[in-house]
Amino acid sequence: MRFLNPSNLHEALTLLSKFPDCKILAGGTDVCVQLRGGGLKPKAILNIWGLNELKNIRDEGRYITIGALSTHTDIIRSPLIHKHIPVLAKACRTIGAVQVQNRGTIGGNVMNASPAGDTLPVLMAYAADVEVTSIAGQRWVPFEGFFTGYRATVVRPGEMVTGFRIAWPPRGERADFIKIGSRKAITISKVMACFRARIEHKKIVGISIAFGSVAPVPLRLKQTEAFLMGRVLTHKTIDEAVNKLASDITPINDIRSTADYRRHCCGVFLRRFLLESLCVS
Amino acid sequence: MVQSVGTNAPRLDCHDKLTGRTKYLDDLDIPHCWFGGVVYSSIPYGRIIKINFDPSFDWGSVVTCTFKDIPGKNNTVFLTQDQPILAEEYVKHVGEAIVLVAAPTKEILSQARSHIHIEYAASVPVLTIEQAKDKATLISGKDNILAQYCINKGDLDVGFKEAAVVIEGEYQTGFHEHAYIETQAMAAVPRTDGGLTVMGSLQCPYYVLKTLVSVLNCGADRVNVRQLPMGGSFGGKEDYPSLLGSYVALLAKKSGRPVKLIYSREDDIIMSTKRHPSIVKHKTGVKKDGTLTAMEINVEFNGGAYATMSPVVLSRGVIHAAGPYRCDHVRSTAVCYATHNVPCGAFRGFGVPQTIFAIEAHMDKIAEALGINPLKLRAKNCLKLGDTTQTKQLLRESVGAAQCLDTVAKGCSFEKKWQAYRRQNQAARGKKNIQKGIGLALYMHGGAFTGSGESVMKTEAGLMLQKDGVVRVLTGCTEMGQGAHTVLPQIVADTLGIPLKCVYCEVPDTDLVPDSGPTVASRTTMIVGWLLTQCAASFKERLFEFIARTYRVEKTALKLVRASFVSGSKRITDFKTAANDYLSKVGELKVIERYKLPPYIQWDPATHIGDAYPAYSWAADVAEVSVDMDTFEVTVDKMTIAVELGRAINPVLVKGQMEGGTLQALGWALMEDMQIINGHPQNKNLQTYIIPTARDIPDWRVHIIEEPFSYGPMGAKGIGELPLDGGAPAIVNAIYNATGLRITEIPVTPEKLLRQCAKL
Ligand SMILES: Cc1cc2nc3c(=O)[nH]c(=O)nc-3n(C[C@H](O)[C@H](O)[C@H](O)COP(=O)(O)OP(=O)(O)OC[C@H]3O[C@@H](n4cnc5c(N)ncnc54)[C@H](O)[C@@H]3O)c2cc1C
Repeated sequence: MRFLNPSNLHEALTLLSKFPDCKILAGGTDVCVQLRGGGLKPKAILNIWGLNELKNIRDEGRYITIGALSTHTDIIRSPLIHKHIPVLAKACRTIGAVQVQNRGTIGGNVMNASPAGDTLPVLMAYAADVEVTSIAGQRWVPFEGFFTGYRATVVRPGEMVTGFRIAWPPRGERADFIKIGSRKAITISKVMACFRARIEHKKIVGISIAFGSVAPVPLRLKQTEAFLMGRVLTHKTIDEAVNKLASDITPINDIRSTADYRRHCCGVFLRRFLLESLCVS
Repeated sequence: MVQSVGTNAPRLDCHDKLTGRTKYLDDLDIPHCWFGGVVYSSIPYGRIIKINFDPSFDWGSVVTCTFKDIPGKNNTVFLTQDQPILAEEYVKHVGEAIVLVAAPTKEILSQARSHIHIEYAASVPVLTIEQAKDKATLISGKDNILAQYCINKGDLDVGFKEAAVVIEGEYQTGFHEHAYIETQAMAAVPRTDGGLTVMGSLQCPYYVLKTLVSVLNCGADRVNVRQLPMGGSFGGKEDYPSLLGSYVALLAKKSGRPVKLIYSREDDIIMSTKRHPSIVKHKTGVKKDGTLTAMEINVEFNGGAYATMSPVVLSRGVIHAAGPYRCDHVRSTAVCYATHNVPCGAFRGFGVPQTIFAIEAHMDKIAEALGINPLKLRAKNCLKLGDTTQTKQLLRESVGAAQCLDTVAKGCSFEKKWQAYRRQNQAARGKKNIQKGIGLALYMHGGAFTGSGESVMKTEAGLMLQKDGVVRVLTGCTEMGQGAHTVLPQIVADTLGIPLKCVYCEVPDTDLVPDSGPTVASRTTMIVGWLLTQCAASFKERLFEFIARTYRVEKTALKLVRASFVSGSKRITDFKTAANDYLSKVGELKVIERYKLPPYIQWDPATHIGDAYPAYSWAADVAEVSVDMDTFEVTVDKMTIAVELGRAINPVLVKGQMEGGTLQALGWALMEDMQIINGHPQNKNLQTYIIPTARDIPDWRVHIIEEPFSYGPMGAKGIGELPLDGGAPAIVNAIYNATGLRITEIPVTPEKLLRQCAKL
């Protein structure tokens, strides 16, 4: 096994073009586990941990950009994130525990492509774009459509993720991130969700709902969103929306939880978020 | 003159552990050491047709062993001898060892392991208690029964006639993993005299020695077994190291080199023992006022493929099955069945957490049926001085059950809160997010081996004088985080009258220390501690004779106080000088004594009637929980514990035991869900086998109550296992108080609560 240690992004991209099948190593909190488990046997490892150019969180006018190597701790501590996308920080705070947050990156969380990745529903709900780069150049991929199936993404050999951009959320928007795990820390989500809603004169004028761990890929709840959009938020609307939700998700039974419980919690999450929105609107 | 006992003396091993100096087996650099590994069964039951050593691998670079390489007997030596060291014709569980490999590097080891292929003729396994009862396939004997008991007290028919109400219930618990931090780890190192040192992470050096002598077919002088610093055990290293010790010994013998074998977490979970899953049925007769008139109890354990400790686990479990309650008419039957699962073995509590879970959940069901507060029901029936237990053991002294109950209940206004929560929660159902609940459990744990076990064991311990007045404690008792190597020196220091810093425990190595019995059964402080007070008395006597002779003073007037010999008000000499004088003039001072049971102990193993234990420790827990009524997540906010243990030699260590054990019970009650499907553990590591983290820890309140026991050191009784017995039912009862959902099968997961709620 070769261990490739580039010192800047250009070098990394060059190595990546030479060794398109190499395994990229960011914080390693997923990779090392997979290496130890024996499932992962790469011919080469490309260590990108030292690439400081991928560690920035910036205000770029129309967007906030987040470098792929920003750690969960970086995100939790970023004043910019705090101010504009606090739910992303909230999600990062639920990832593992401090040690994992210090080491784990948002790029790694996305590229590990687990349906239980906690930042995924947030990036989904905020319709983030993913910056995918190779030696030939970069392209922006909308988060929706980024995952092509269970643990699969549109990223091709020779490419890597370099960052994310999120359009400024509109003013007066409510958002939340909710997660259920099997204990209070170091816990993989049984189910988690990110919600955004903008309500004007009791009417829903903006809504975004994304769930994780309820399908092979993180999901936007399109039908539920469509149902809610433009409606006056009432208890009745909430009941109906919760009933609609079932057709949007396909949770499964696994070692962590049951399909029934996951489905139930999705309803609970949606109801909680909408009820709170109703109270504050 | 008491100086150390009763104080929070810091653990003598704590500095090195906290600063990372302690060397565990994995930290030891053993020169020329090879790495060992095990190839084990991947099916629950079947015949081994062939072991294929893939010819593409260079087998000359490694050493392998099968059962054919065993010079002696191919079995572990416990009460029963049914478990092979290495499988011969059949495999009876997933994880049963078949081939051993040792290699110069871990890489070669892993290649070698992957080039060994076992061909099986698989058969349909017996996995559940139901299937074992069916007897269609026989695993053990003629009936798949590994052990069974029946305890009879009084006459059930009479008891049920006296009853106004009869209440039945069934309670279940699942496989439970020890989850020690350090996985199973052993090494064997050839000695220069041709013998072998076997060392590692183990609770009972003399158990391992017994098996080794039989497996290697050699004299006890050809092997010594040494305990290394150990990263947790909880019973998981009581019986299993006899297997692992044999593996490294066989590999070291065959390769002529030191061999180290440390399990990965996955191998550890697949191969090593678990807590027995249980089904306990209760049928209880009660009077209107709550008086228990009849208890019919049926205990069933799933023992897995081999007996290991099952006969004694089941025995202890059934002896505690009626809980700390007075009842004249009791019949408890208990059976442990063999199945094609990984063998179940010792685990802190040793069968008692299962039976206490059942009785304590059942007591709440009875209270509900009668409309009595659970506290009142327990207070009414709680065992007191002069009562007899279900084994007809007369409780002569040191019976703190009622006091524990009273203390916890007052400590958190149990009765008031229980009523208030119940009322509020019934009214609020469906309206409130978070509902609070409070639950109670009263329990006990017998210290030491059951019945006459302690005299059969021939427990020995001793003291030896070192230069400069240091005293070495000679005992096979091991330190596994519980504090034994601090508490025993505390007892010795005070009995002698010297400072704690002058006393230390010798490394438990069978070449250096006598057999003090295994470090199990909540017996170390109570039994070995007591024995050491007697050793200390003889030891002091010998020194007094010497001082009397040397300084021409009256022996009977001599005292050893604060490391000085005094006669009346006159100081004669100090301990250090006297020790050096003794060693130079008289020679070695070494005292080894044997334990004797209190004279009144009467026990009939056949009927399980009599004095089951020299004494019981008692405790009561109150759990306070919050339940999210939407997601059914349970948070344990606070645990109040009162424990009566005779005497707290080191109160902070007592609290540590109570909190740690209760936290394990919390995990077992709420999240630890070892799913073994078709004989294969599904949660093979700590990512999916969920144990509590620091964030899941409730607020602790621990009250210590002392009712001295005449045959315990300074009055002390055992405390090792008790802490795991009561937490689960207290929590489950609190969840019922909060939600009205009675779950009788732990762990109580949110998924189960949702299912139960949907049924209502
Ligand atoms: C104890 C523990 C607890 C955990 N708890 C949680 C949790 O609660 N929630 C959660 O979501 N996750 C959890 N994780 C998983 C993990 O920490 C996160 O997914 C983390 O964000 C991964 O980031 P990393 O930088 O460590 O990724 P790495 O392990 O370095 O990489 C992960 C994957 O992404 C690829 N990759 C990484 N960076 C890039 C890039 N820039 N371009 C292309 N491919 C890339 C790697 O090749 C690999 O396939 C936990 C892990 C551990 C060990």
